[in-house]
Amino acid sequence: MHEHRGASAIVGIAESDMGLVAQGLAPVDLMAQAVSRALADCGLGLRDVDGVFAAATQLRTPTLTLCEYLGLKPAVHDASNVGGSSFLFHLAHAHAALSEGRCEVAVIAYGSTQRSQGRATLGSVAPNPHETPFRPLLPVSAYALAAARHMHEFGTTREHLARVAVSARDWALLNPDAWEKTPLSVDDVLASRMVSSPLTVRDCCLVTDGGGAIVMTRAERAASLAQPPAYVLGHGGVLSHQNISQMPDLTVTGARESGRRAFAMAGMTPRDVQVAQLYDAFTINTILFLEDLGFCAKGEGGRFVADGHIAPGGSLPTNTSGGGLSYGHPGMFGIFTLIESVRQLRGAAGRRQVSGCTVALAHGNGGVLSSQATVILGRREAL
Amino acid sequence: MPMDPADVPLNVYMHHLEHGRLAYQYSPAAGRAVFPPRLVCPFTGSDRFEWRISRGFGTVYSLTRIAPKELAPYCVALVDLDEGFRMMSRILPSGPREPRIGDRVRVKVGRLFDQGEMLPLFELEDAGHA
Repeated sequence: MHEHRGASAIVGIAESDMGLVAQGLAPVDLMAQAVSRALADCGLGLRDVDGVFAAATQLRTPTLTLCEYLGLKPAVHDASNVGGSSFLFHLAHAHAALSEGRCEVAVIAYGSTQRSQGRATLGSVAPNPHETPFRPLLPVSAYALAAARHMHEFGTTREHLARVAVSARDWALLNPDAWEKTPLSVDDVLASRMVSSPLTVRDCCLVTDGGGAIVMTRAERAASLAQPPAYVLGHGGVLSHQNISQMPDLTVTGARESGRRAFAMAGMTPRDVQVAQLYDAFTINTILFLEDLGFCAKGEGGRFVADGHIAPGGSLPTNTSGGGLSYGHPGMFGIFTLIESVRQLRGAAGRRQVSGCTVALAHGNGGVLSSQATVILGRREAL
Repeated sequence: MPMDPADVPLNVYMHHLEHGRLAYQYSPAAGRAVFPPRLVCPFTGSDRFEWRISRGFGTVYSLTRIAPKELAPYCVALVDLDEGFRMMSRILPSGPREPRIGDRVRVKVGRLFDQGEMLPLFELEDAGHA
């Protein structure tokens, strides 16, 4: 087993204001608000922080912005940006720094005002002369191409995709903090506006504001803090491509390798996981990641979802906050897969709490299925 | 000595398109096609390439129909060329049949928009011969 398995833990978690935030708030306001709340959550303060990790869509140098704002001079810092999965990569880097004694308390932060300020404030994607002229609707068309190929190879149907959205909504209805408040049916999804076939607007994530932060420290210190620690048992990350036209096989993602590495480090298999948060930017994502992480066989993801496994009451509760599809999606969702995992491990998830939850898996996706990162967290009993 | 702009891979590629040809790089070290054009072979690290002209035949690997709110729908596809490389493109409308994954297609270099650049577009191989 890996020498650093369980060496650090997530001890503090918090969201910033979410949904549609007050006019005038900037991305760094939400980052700082989330950091402050996450430190309060575990009884630590700003003066304890010597590791800072951040990524954002609206900030070019987010660690500089956040450290100036909070008056931090960190020993370790990292603003890696490989899309919405970045925070799970940050966690791996923070885990290494903590394990090696290069820092004592690390915060990982995100903030976005993409809904209140409009998408025009987002950094524009550099045009690609081999894709942009054909006017794909990115990112949705990239995921649509993956979905279409999955349907072609494995008989996955639009109803299967719709069941992912319905399951996410059923979870969201159990979460008072979720953006979506009304029930959704398979027929609703099938009848909604087609954006880029086979994906309708209800197969696509929300566009909201929001931020989040987590606080990490070494296992010894974690045990003495205010909240039950969520120990880092395993992690793995993979970069596979930048552009969808360069993805070798649209039905197999880097999650296969990131998951393999995470499970190997944890000394576990998918059977050991009680709850999963799989970055659901689009409905096809959940199906691909269920397969690639080994929760079901390749090609069976659609039927696995249709059998009710990921919904409330199912064998693998997935995206229990409501996910990017129904809880909220402030541009980069990865941090929220970690926050919800910890909340489930603490037994603090209210009506959506998964009982007997000792091991949780968070999976982040970035770009157009381009970067994949898997993190396995566990309660003390799982060490 | 600075590189001659005429030798920049993207410029070579675009120059061929302006003359109606879909060109691609072939890496002798790797023994296979490399696309999109670049300075360094991702399979071998070699900087030596041959430019070749595709015959223009391929197979639809995946496709999506995009329906903008106020424009005619159009079909964006990933096409696997017979020479062993994949590219994004459009499948142009041709006749009553909707294009599908697995369809054989052939390149048709042209413009999508007035004033637009020359692009490698595709049509169904059996279009007009049904």
